[in-house]
Amino acid sequence: MASIAFDTVSPKRLADVHARNEARTAWLLASPAIVLMIVFILLPVIAVIGLGFTNFELGIDKFRFVGLDNYSHLFTDRTFRKSLWNTTVYTAIVAPVSIVLGLGVALLIESETTAKSFFRTAYFLPVASLIVAMATVWQYLFHPTIGPINALLATVGIPGPNWLGSAGTVLYSLSIIGVWQSVGFNMVLFLAGLTAIPRELYAAAEVDGARSAIDRFRLVTWPMLAPTTLFVTTISIINAVKVFETVQTLTEGGPNRASEVLLFTIYHEGFVYLHVGYASAMTVVFLVILMVLTFLQYNVLDKRVHYS
Amino acid sequence: MSTATFNTGRAIRVTVLSLGALIFLSPYIFMLSAAGKTQSEIFTSALSLVPQTFYYVANFTKAFSRVPMGTLLWNGVMVCGLIFFFQVLVAIPCAYAMAKLKFRAAKLLMAMVMLGLLVPIHATALPLYVAFDSASLLNSYTALVAPFSISVFAIFMFLQFFRAMPDDLIHAARLDGMSEIGIVARVIVPNAWPAVTAFAIFSVVAHWNDLYWPLIVISKQGFATPPLGLMYFRAAEAGDDYGALMAATMVITLPLVAAFLLAQKRFVEGITMTGLKG
Repeated sequence: MASIAFDTVSPKRLADVHARNEARTAWLLASPAIVLMIVFILLPVIAVIGLGFTNFELGIDKFRFVGLDNYSHLFTDRTFRKSLWNTTVYTAIVAPVSIVLGLGVALLIESETTAKSFFRTAYFLPVASLIVAMATVWQYLFHPTIGPINALLATVGIPGPNWLGSAGTVLYSLSIIGVWQSVGFNMVLFLAGLTAIPRELYAAAEVDGARSAIDRFRLVTWPMLAPTTLFVTTISIINAVKVFETVQTLTEGGPNRASEVLLFTIYHEGFVYLHVGYASAMTVVFLVILMVLTFLQYNVLDKRVHYS
Repeated sequence: MSTATFNTGRAIRVTVLSLGALIFLSPYIFMLSAAGKTQSEIFTSALSLVPQTFYYVANFTKAFSRVPMGTLLWNGVMVCGLIFFFQVLVAIPCAYAMAKLKFRAAKLLMAMVMLGLLVPIHATALPLYVAFDSASLLNSYTALVAPFSISVFAIFMFLQFFRAMPDDLIHAARLDGMSEIGIVARVIVPNAWPAVTAFAIFSVVAHWNDLYWPLIVISKQGFATPPLGLMYFRAAEAGDDYGALMAATMVITLPLVAAFLLAQKRFVEGITMTGLKG
């Protein structure tokens, strides 16, 4: 205190010292995070982009720059093209279905009173369950001869398909598991969005003549829920693109590459065949897909959901 | 709206929700049922839920004798615990600095966090694997934990939570002569419990479930996490011994499900709270 009182420094200089101290503390507090971000995110991403231009293989010491060879090879690689297509189909099924079901369940649960928490628990349980373990259960449910699903179909006279074993149905069977796994997560997010809608809006809409539940949904719930819906949509698509566990556990891309998906192909190419260079090029494609999806969320859709 | 239509409406709603819940819970029901059936019963009567001869003890014994269940669960707890500990330790000070202190790198840091949110482990796995391999760190807790010690999602979430905290709280602490680190430890952290809990559940669920990274860096059963251990068990089980498989599945699923059932109220509260503030 004494030093401040008798010092001749101007208040501006004092403020400068204070600002510098604050900046130094901030750096100190943020530095562990900055270092780890550089080591585990920034450098690996740069490395993966760089490796994508080489023919690097683990176990072989020599490697060289091959330019865009990996990328031009990707375009003609039938496995990779199949893998991209399968991932698209899987996403096109799982994302919309799990969003619609998640919203539907959330709306029904929201207006429920007594059994609310029971239903919430029931639908959310798959999210909290080990997916590799539950995939094993689904394998049993889907089993062509001893599985309960086909046994159930047989009681009404429908011959059940070989769900996970035939090329025609495997992707749809995996999609069913994917939907089952993600509805609960979307539901919780929608429930949070629904509680944030002010009750007065519903009363106001009713005064304005929105008598039916459908009208109230169209005029109040849906527009007010738009930011949540956008968030849920992006996260659902990204999660669906990242499908891996069920494929690795149940089908290993088969039969006949019918369930080959992006991450599984990258995993196989990079960590089983150890073609690190080529797998890096695939990873770059995967990253670009994620970036485009996020970019769409921020820039295109964002303008349509925020009301001023 | 008359009471009559209200009741019919509610009846339909409860029926639809119940049917849906039954479908969503059916894998668990069949898992419980098959875990107690003999091999032959699984092959003959798929739809009877109650096993004719209770075979639970035999199936569970088989599961426990062929998979080192204790090791797997211990590894799972250790790995998830360590990851969560480091994530919070690193993210909270960083998020506090970004939310409440002025420094020039804050904008750049924000850009890095946003970039980091885009990049999953699947994108960084190849270079990280090469690095861990050349450092002879494969098959270790370090390999399992280190890449996840930084969670940009945690920084992002805490940042939004801290921004909503009143500045007066911090000014008062500063006037009391507290250092910035003291403020983080004694003012920010105690007030951030809802966010920490919500993040804990997010983090533990993600890493307890993760198969991709453990599959890459672990090849010895001693370091296997629960999903990886179950993969080994499936590979070792050549036939369709679904009874034992379902028993193993149950044991491995149970810890997280039990934790969720105990803490679910807190979980939903946490999500709602951070969702509203964000």
